[in-house]
Formats: sequence, structure tokens, C-alpha cells
Amino acid sequence: MTEIIFELSSKGRLASAQIPPIKKMISDIPDKFLRKDTPMIPEMSELEVVRHFTRLSRKNFSIDTQFYPLGSCTMKYNPRGVHRLAMLDGFLQRHPLATEAHSQGYMASAYELQEILKTITGMTGVSLTPMAGAQGEFAGVAMIHAYHRSRNDLARNEILVPDAAHGTNPATAAQCGFKVREIPTDANGNVDLESLKKAVGPQTAGIMLTNPSTLGVFEQQIQEIANIVHTAGGLLYYDGANLNAILGKVRPGDMGFDVMHINLHKTFATPHGGGGPGGGPVAVNERLRPFLPMPIVAKEGERYRWLTIADCPQSIGRLSAFMGNAGIILRAYMYARLLGQEGMQRVAEFATLNANYLLTRLKKAGFTPAYATRRASHEFIITLKNEAKTLHITALDVAKRLLDYGFHAPTMYFPLLVPECLLIEPTETESKKVLDAFADTLIKILEEAKDNPALLQNAPHTLPVKRLDEVKAARDIDVVWHP
Amino acid sequence: MNSVPTKLKYSRTHEWIRQDDDVLTIGITDHAQTMLGDLVYVELPEPESNVELGHECAVVESVKAAADVYSPISGEVIEINEALLENPQLVNEDPYGKGWLFRVRPFENEHDFNKLLTAEQYTKQVASEAH
Amino acid sequence: MPFIPHTEVDTEAMLREIGVANIENLFDEIPENLRVKALPPIPPSLTEMELTRLMKSRAAADSGLTSFIGAGAYEHHIPAAVWEVTSRGEFLTAYTPYQAEASQGTLQLLYEYQTMMASLMGLDVSNASLYEGATALAEAILMAVRANRRNTSHRIVIPQSVHPYYREVVKTIVSQLKIEIIELPFHPDTGQCDISSIASDFTALVIPQPNFFGQLEEVDALTDWAHEKNALVIGVVNPLAMSLIKPPGQWGKNGADIACGEGQPLGVPMASGGPYYGFLCCKKDWVRQLPGRIVGRTVDKDGKQGFVLTLQAREQHIRRAKATSNICTNQGLLVTASTIYMSLLGPMGLRQVALASHQNLRWLKDKIENLSGVKVLFSGTFFHEMVLQFSYSVTDIIEEMDKQQIAAGLSLEHFYPKLKNTLLVCVTETKSLEDLEQYVDCLQKTLAKFAESPFKKISGE
Repeated sequence: MTEIIFELSSKGRLASAQIPPIKKMISDIPDKFLRKDTPMIPEMSELEVVRHFTRLSRKNFSIDTQFYPLGSCTMKYNPRGVHRLAMLDGFLQRHPLATEAHSQGYMASAYELQEILKTITGMTGVSLTPMAGAQGEFAGVAMIHAYHRSRNDLARNEILVPDAAHGTNPATAAQCGFKVREIPTDANGNVDLESLKKAVGPQTAGIMLTNPSTLGVFEQQIQEIANIVHTAGGLLYYDGANLNAILGKVRPGDMGFDVMHINLHKTFATPHGGGGPGGGPVAVNERLRPFLPMPIVAKEGERYRWLTIADCPQSIGRLSAFMGNAGIILRAYMYARLLGQEGMQRVAEFATLNANYLLTRLKKAGFTPAYATRRASHEFIITLKNEAKTLHITALDVAKRLLDYGFHAPTMYFPLLVPECLLIEPTETESKKVLDAFADTLIKILEEAKDNPALLQNAPHTLPVKRLDEVKAARDIDVVWHP
Repeated sequence: MNSVPTKLKYSRTHEWIRQDDDVLTIGITDHAQTMLGDLVYVELPEPESNVELGHECAVVESVKAAADVYSPISGEVIEINEALLENPQLVNEDPYGKGWLFRVRPFENEHDFNKLLTAEQYTKQVASEAH
Repeated sequence: MPFIPHTEVDTEAMLREIGVANIENLFDEIPENLRVKALPPIPPSLTEMELTRLMKSRAAADSGLTSFIGAGAYEHHIPAAVWEVTSRGEFLTAYTPYQAEASQGTLQLLYEYQTMMASLMGLDVSNASLYEGATALAEAILMAVRANRRNTSHRIVIPQSVHPYYREVVKTIVSQLKIEIIELPFHPDTGQCDISSIASDFTALVIPQPNFFGQLEEVDALTDWAHEKNALVIGVVNPLAMSLIKPPGQWGKNGADIACGEGQPLGVPMASGGPYYGFLCCKKDWVRQLPGRIVGRTVDKDGKQGFVLTLQAREQHIRRAKATSNICTNQGLLVTASTIYMSLLGPMGLRQVALASHQNLRWLKDKIENLSGVKVLFSGTFFHEMVLQFSYSVTDIIEEMDKQQIAAGLSLEHFYPKLKNTLLVCVTETKSLEDLEQYVDCLQKTLAKFAESPFKKISGE
């Protein structure tokens, strides 16, 4: 067990190489402003700190160490060269408010990424500033709001969301002051058109959709959906979480979407870092271009400059103090340059190949796909509801047992519509060998469930901890260490 | 099988109601607490505040969900079950007894109360929801 | 194709297993008219070697200046160990710790971070990060509106001495909801906020420390005043400064209720503007209103200590439309770096970095006060940043010093039209005596040059 760092602290211990010398400890700041107590921060040597955090890191699963088939998360390889180049001194030491003359290198990269994103999405305007998918969604919904307001169309106070949507969609709509109306999904995994027709009207501001949907299948009637919503006066928002399935093969602009976000930490391989950072740039068609959030890079001749609110008076405004997750933007740009024209189109092809191969192997082994007659996109769902009844094991039990075999579990219990589900997304950077090993392991786990279900119910057995008491964590809230 | 005491009335949104003279006691049903799992927190309305029929008035939180409790009646909150603040699991252990949430003095008496479901009607509803 | 491992043999075997002739068949559910026939050109692929050449030249184009710009992003020395350890694959390429048993490294680290940050702020609890400082302030405001049952006016008072970009971001976010912002002017002499114009009641008061001008505010008086009016107090602060300066939890009689700000000064490079991270801390009464992820300590089935994400029922993936925020992805990697940084420096080290930064600025200030054509604005107590006002065009000053490879500071005219020809100058511990002497020397020469030229002087200043 690794002790908590404060338990390793020794009063007076210092990593003195890191502490700047000062002539005197006294300052000219009046006493009333000064802090008297010492904050709870450990006192350790440099080796102790390095050892502690290195040990902690070794308790984590990661893409670098395990297959991570988390549906909707696109856990593909995070290229190391990109990480190193993003940390070049010139980029790292540049202050965000440096003059444009000293920012041309960064701005050229950002500008080119804007252009690449326009091309692959089929849109005419891009802003790189949103810092994650959820912030991109916020920008998108705020732009829809601004669009209707600019046309004095003030009665539109509802956003439509499929019942299978990712939680950020309704949460974002609510954060923008909209009412949320859910649209049901039919048995084939498509949005129910009849319900949609009844739901649209003069109160409809727009609809938020993912395609392929969160159910892992392509929304085949997307053009009818676009028609229904546009005719009623609403706009279409595309949640780019599943872009990896169609990158370079289908463009959201062509499907009828007016605005979308792209998850750079998914489709563009920027590192997930234990929860973030991400990147959620937004792309729009002509209708919404005046409302894009600031700042945006523009090119005039051979020079780059920042467009500000003065240039774009209808912009919804700024979304961060500076220009978003600049380092992530650089990484995404570099990834796009490594892929190039041909590589960009191969991503979706091999992501889809891998998903369909894995789906086929699992189907043949007796697992139940949620949509048996549909092709997998870059991900697919299997439901364990039958196994839950006959073997008394849940999706959670299977997921935890996978950990014992050195695989990170797929996404569980999302989307909420499918009971006991696992949403599996292999991504294009995994080989057939890994997919076979995963399929074989799932088959083996199911065999274990028949003879010895307790093995699953008590899993994991081989990790630093066993199953954790989440109820206790939420009841006896302990979120800060005390001596 | 979850229990559905016959002496109580029920709402479609899984609340139970007991009438004692002009005071109504409200809680969530055994079915509801089973679906939610172990409760970790309960947020109750302020005493002396008003609650409105069909509107959210409390929140029950488990590890996997935070569900709204809808008031089955319009009235004034006269008492809340303070024991739940320290021991939310009372709702799981004894949903119709020690796990009561709050007490209301309704503005109008007969009319709203008779619109509520009987034990039999509630049992049928729960059965039809399962698939 | 980079990063795709499939050989032709693999691909053929997989297609055979699926039962299709080629990969294109797998897209047959997509309507024909939607399929891209030919993607408009994007640049062809580069090898890592070619990319390296390109990016090195771009990075070189942006280097070379000695920078004295602060304004919310600060240059501090970051020990090599911070990013060496943070860049380990197990930290860099891990995902959100939803499978707690497989993420004990990240989760324990976040628990340690929450402890350090809450304590640094003098408050009870912290979340595991938000995007950056400005959005953290916006979330703090939304939180105060949710939490304050004693004043539901939804009016928020924000000093103009709060970072102008922070105020813009707050406006973008709260303008979607019915929240009113009241701006507090600042005293032209002290640069501190001036509450005399506020008559109405309000739900929350935002107090910066230090403020955008580097001035320290009268936080005790402001906190008590707001609390007397049943408002909540939100401190927006520089976390490094809090190792030396009294933190929000210790303001006034009862302490501020919420503290937020930008975590970048603690171990995160300036990196052209991001990624950074926002921190948000509060008194324990408000813990259920905290947006974002929170890590809790618990035990496993064998009674062994472990860590999990907790209080998730408030988050978007469960509560959906009624969530405390829509935030999903946060800034985990930067928090990792920051926690390692704080552990290396320790409380004394952090204090010394803050003091060294302040003393360096003090040295510069003393020298500049002796020059003609420039004066130091604002008479209050400052911390590691100051405002200079020139008798000449500040744009020209910046341009002239730029020729000597010095980024002299940030012009404030665009943000505060009444502050003509002003420059916000920041000094940290990274500046050597030579750097500071060079600044003074260069500024002196610039002022002398402009003094000689009749066209540069601005009349009436």
C-alpha cells in the first residue's frame, strides 16, 4: 500500500535545489495581509517525491499499458513525438499575451488546424477555444440561442435530445436556460421519426444528436431528421464524440448539421491525462459563423492575427481567459499533419473494421449484441441481460473481472437505454492479436461465470484494491486528509 | 416482492401518503428505495415552506442516482424527518416507518387526496413498468 | 499510415471472419449520397522527422524574448522532475478514473491535491479541477446562486479590478441564465475596489487577491460587509500567492465561502495559453453544490484503504439536465503536475518563490521610480505586479523595448480606457539581477529617446 503523502512528510525536510535564494525573509507587505499558519503541503526530499508519485503511477491502467476499449472515448495511441514537440521551448515559454509578431509560429499551426477541421467537417467556420466537448456543446447551444435572438425569434425555448444522449447534452441545454425534451429511440437504434414530428414546433430551438449515435449505429434517417427540424425552424447540433467512425468518410456539414464540436482528446489522439485536458473546438456553417466564440486566428497575406470581439460583434464571447487549451491544439494539429490526407481517411476504415471484427467474434461466441442486424460503427453494444438472469452476474461483474486479466473494462451502463450493457470501442490503433485476446478473455470469463460466479462477483482480485465501498464514500464524506 | 401497505395512498411517482387528521406524512415507496439502492443523502424542504402538487420538493441521492421527490399534495411543510440527515439509510431499512420524509398540512383536503392511487392501483402500475 | 498496425494478412483474415469482401462494405448502411467521394485537399502526411523540422522552426519563431508580462499567466521555474514524472505513460495516457480499482494512482494523487489546495485556500474541501481560472470563477458564481438561499436576487457584484478576460468569460456564461452582474469601480489612487456605489442587496461578492493590477484588496472589510448583507463571498486568487498572503478561508470574521482561480502558477508552463487548470474550494456546507469531480477516501471489501470518485450523483452523467454543471473532461494531467510541484517545493519553498518574485518586483519598482517620463500607479500594497504610467504612448514604448528582445509588459488601455498609457509589469523569481538591470537600462534609454523627439510626448499627462 502506498501511504498518503502527508504521512511521509518530515518537518524541515527540503528539496533545496528547487528553492530560489532570497536575501531576507522579511517583506514590506503589511502584517494584516500576511498568512500566519502553514498550509498542509508535505515537506520531503526530491527523491521521496519522485518515488512517491512514480509508485502511484504504477497503480494506473493506461493506453500505454493496457487495451482500453472504452466506448465513446476513443482510447487510441497518443503519439509521443507530438507530445515532445508540443513541449518545445518556443511554445512552452511563450506567454499567451505575447505580441502577434512573437506568436506567428503558434498561430500558423492553429490557423492550419482551423482549416483542416473545416475541410473534414464540411463547415465554413471554426473556433478552437472550447476546452472540452462539454464546453464545445455550451458554445454550440449558446450560438443557436444567439442566432434565434438575432432574428427576434424569442419563443424558441426547447432543445430536443434523444433519450440515449450523453449526459452532457441535457446538462448543457439546461445551463443555457433551455427546457429539454427527450425523443425516444426505436427498436433499430434510430431516433423515432413519428415522435420527432410531434415534438417539433415554434418552441423548438434545435436538436442535439450524435451520428453514429451513442448506440453505436449510424442514424440512417439523418437527412429526414434534418429536414423535419429545419422546417420547424430549429437548428441541428452534432456531438462529435463518435467522429472517429466517419472521419474523412462522411461530413457532418453534408448531413445537415449547422454546428458541431470535435473532441480532440478522442478523434485527434491528444492524451487523456487521467481525466483531461481535452479540446472541444466548434465548427459551424455560414448561418452561425458570426456567433463563433473568440479568439480565432485569421490570415492576412502571409501574416496571422487574432480576430477579437471588435472584429466579430455578434460573437457569443470568450470562453477562457486566453485561447483555450493551446498545447492540445498544437498536439491535434501535429497529429493531423502526421496522418495527412490519406491517413485521415484510413482512421475510420480501420476503426470500423476492428469494431466489426470484434463484434463478429463475440456474436459467434454467443454474446448478445444490442442491435444484431446492424453493422457496428467504430463501437458496438453487447447486452448481458440474459446472462444476468441465467448466471446471476451483471455487466459490472464482467467488467471488474476483465481488470484481473489486464484489460480495462469497456464503458458500462451507458447508454442508459440498454440494460446490463457494455459499449466497446477498440479504435484503429489496436492489432488483430489484441482483439482476439480480448474476445477470448470475455469468452473465458463467461465460462467462469457458469462454474464459479463468485469469481466475477468479487472481482477484481489482483489489483491494488478490491471492490470499493462507494456508499461509504458518499455517506462519510472524506475528501481531504486530516492528521 | 416489494411491500405496498394497503392503508396508505400512493402517487404515480412512487411516493406514499398517510393521513392523520389534517396532517399528511409523505415518504418514498419500497419499490423506489430498491431501485435507488443505498441512500447516501436526503435533501428535505425547509420547514414552514410551501410545497406544490406535482412539483419537486425533495431529493433522494444514492451512489448511482439523484432522484426528485414530487409532492403529491399542495400545502405547508410542518415537520421534516431530521434523523435522515445523519442516517439516510433509514429510508432503505424502513421506508414506510422510520424512513418518512416530511409532514404537510394541505391547503385543500378531500379533493386532492382522493386522486391518489390505492395500494392495488399502485401495485398494478409498478408491474406494468417492469419489462 | 501512421499508428495503424494492420498487415494485409490481418486485414484479409478479419474481412473473411466478418464475411465481407472489403472494408468499404462495412459502410453500406450509410446513404450513398452522404459518402465523401473525394476529400478536399489537406496537407499530405509527414514523417515524425519532417514534422520535427517544421515545428522546430515554428517554435524558434516564437522564442527569444525576456518576458515581463503577467496578467494571469506566470513564469516560474518548474523543476524537471515535475514533467518527467507527469509525462509517464501511466499518468499521461490514463483516462478518467471511473474504474476505481484500476486508477488508484490517479485517485490517490487527486485526494492529495484536494487536501493541499483546500488547505492553501484555508477552506474545507476542493474539487479535482475545472478548465481554468475564468471558467472556475463562472462556475463559482453559478454555485453561489444555487447555494445562497438567504438572498435569491441573483445579483453578483464583481470588481473591475478582476481580470478583464475573466469578466468577459463570466458574462458569456451567466448571460445564458437570469443572473445580473454589477461592476464595482476601483479607486483611482489605490487601485482597490470601491464599494460606495453599491446600494442594493446581492447574492454574492467576488473579491480578487491580488487584483489584476497587482494590488492587495482589503479582504477582511469586504468579506464582513458582504456577509452582513447575507451575500456569499467568492475569492478569486493566485494560489502561489496564498503561501504568503492570507487565504480566502481566513478573510473577515467568518472566512470567504468559496475560493477559485487559476492553478497555472503551480508547476504548469505558460505554454502559449494552456492547458491550465481551474481550482474551486469551499466551506463544507456547500460541498454538494461543488461542480466537477471529487475524489473520496473509502475502504475496499477487505477493509483496505482506497479512493473513488464520489458524489457523482450531482454530475452530468447521472443527473443530466439537473446537474451542478455540464463538465465532464477536466484538467487531470495539469493537476498531476501541480501536485508534484507543490510536493517538491513544500510550504516553505512556495513561500520563498512568492517572496523572491515580490522582492524582484520591488527592486525594479524602486529603480523605475527614479526615472522621468514614467510613474508607478496606485499607492496601495502590491504583490509581484505593478502598473506603470508613461508620458509617452505605451504602444511605442512596448515596440521600442521589443527591439531589445524585452516584452516590457501588457498595455492596459484597451481594457481600461481611463488608464491612458499604462503598462502592467510582472516580475517573478526567474529574473536574474542582469535581467532586471537590462530592463531598467532599456527603459531608461527608450524614455530618453522619446524625450528628445517632439512627436512622442503626450500632452496633459
